[in-house]
Amino acid sequence: MQNKLSVSTSPHIRHFDTTAGIMLDVIIALLPATIFGCALFGLKAVLLVTVCIATCVAAEAVWNVILKKPQTIGDLSAVVTGLILGINLPTGVPVWVAIIGSIAAIIVVKQMFGGLGHNFVNPAMGARIILMVSFPAFMTTFHEPLVHTVSSATPIALEASKAVSYKNLFFGMHSGSIGETSAFLLLVGGIYLVVRRVISPIIPVCFIGATALFTYAFGGDGIYAILSGGVMLGAIFMATDYVTSPTTNWGKVIYGVACGIITAVIRKFGSLPEGVSYAIILMNILTPHINTITTAKPFGYVKEGKKQ
Amino acid sequence: MKQSKWNVFTNGLLRENPTLRLVLGTCPTLAVTTAAKNGVGMGIAATIVLVCSNAVISLLRNVIPEKVRIPAFITIIAGFVSVVQMLVKAFLPTIDTALGIYLPLIVVNCIILARAEMFASKNSFVPSVLDGLGMGIGFTAVLTLMGAIREFLGAGTLFSLPITAKVIDPMIIFLLPPGGFFVFGMLVAASNAIAKRRGKPIVEKMGCENCPAKDSCENAGNGCDEAKEAE
Repeated sequence: MQNKLSVSTSPHIRHFDTTAGIMLDVIIALLPATIFGCALFGLKAVLLVTVCIATCVAAEAVWNVILKKPQTIGDLSAVVTGLILGINLPTGVPVWVAIIGSIAAIIVVKQMFGGLGHNFVNPAMGARIILMVSFPAFMTTFHEPLVHTVSSATPIALEASKAVSYKNLFFGMHSGSIGETSAFLLLVGGIYLVVRRVISPIIPVCFIGATALFTYAFGGDGIYAILSGGVMLGAIFMATDYVTSPTTNWGKVIYGVACGIITAVIRKFGSLPEGVSYAIILMNILTPHINTITTAKPFGYVKEGKKQ
Repeated sequence: MKQSKWNVFTNGLLRENPTLRLVLGTCPTLAVTTAAKNGVGMGIAATIVLVCSNAVISLLRNVIPEKVRIPAFITIIAGFVSVVQMLVKAFLPTIDTALGIYLPLIVVNCIILARAEMFASKNSFVPSVLDGLGMGIGFTAVLTLMGAIREFLGAGTLFSLPITAKVIDPMIIFLLPPGGFFVFGMLVAASNAIAKRRGKPIVEKMGCENCPAKDSCENAGNGCDEAKEAE
């Protein structure tokens, strides 16, 4: 914690978790999927991820200098935002679009609302949607792995034809955004975060489960739905952002299930092929209300009406 | 409080700019400013209605009974809006299509009703016309500026002339509602920054001392009902 907090009476338990430490864990957990994505899509992927991280950190540094605020880039949150935004882009995106997205993530979504801890939606998700709405052509130009001249739809757009086998989907041998292809490596990263107690498994499990269940209920293929597109990446790494997800356990269940339902509904009935980012953003905005309705009752609390 | 005629006119331009300082008429502001041309069209149409209705209301201010003044104002405003709408339909059909429902909706534009209630019903003919003209020009200027920014960033053109349209892909989001709110927020922030630099209070807390309309408000210092409720 960079913020100096004063506490009252002893005894105190000191915990050695720091913002930078948690962010470092998230970066470590994302590395396998990122490296795999870079190997799959080549130098353009490396370039995009690097540019996103560098721009995010630079944008935060410049903002702090101009507004004479204490420098916060040491907490690594800008690195995580840049990394997540970078691996959320397809390789058809030009570098200048990635730069605009990174600046939007840090300046508009995060710093204008007060910096880390005050952003109302996940900065990387907010930026992804800004880019998706602004540059739909670039954001849907997916390259085939290892063959950089052919572009095709992602497997999610080919769901009906079952063009990609479950095995290829699970290990990530298909087109898509840089870091979303390999469900296996994303799960490995997710398990690492759960073991390190950085995230609770409730949100990812509810999110992925609800997506599969409701896709099946709408007459689709539930397994295909969670292995293709951004469900794994979104559920494990973006929906679990501390700032924009509920703090109570029941709140996390509501949040995760609602994310899954919205994703399935948008994919099935919407005009967009992918609904993960919109689902997360919508639930991010509802998070304060979910926290309010699921607040634990203090011990011995009696309802107003029942009081004598 | 008596103001000089020049002051009455310049009030609406920056000091009490209806859109940025009084935050009135935000609905047409956000809806029609997808292009600079639409902003000019909307601004001029509203200005004509504002000047005419201010003039008529100030002339009739001693005849209109206090209790039915709002319906009376609306009737006068609606009359002028009909005139403007027919003229636009006849001579500028493209502007009419672009503005759509927002042209007849000038009837319920709060800038016009606010100026009728706050200024024209208490002042004589000449200051009322000047007030309407100043407010109208301020409104037009903001709409044009907003339209220009959104059109430039969202389509790469200015007044339909291509600037960067062929070179850089524009950010379509600026033509959509989120971009409208974003540009509007930035302009309000900029106008607050200018006001702060000139030593004027920022409209952060609503109350009589910070109200940008306090010079022309007869209840100044006593507080409006809303201000009391908020505190």
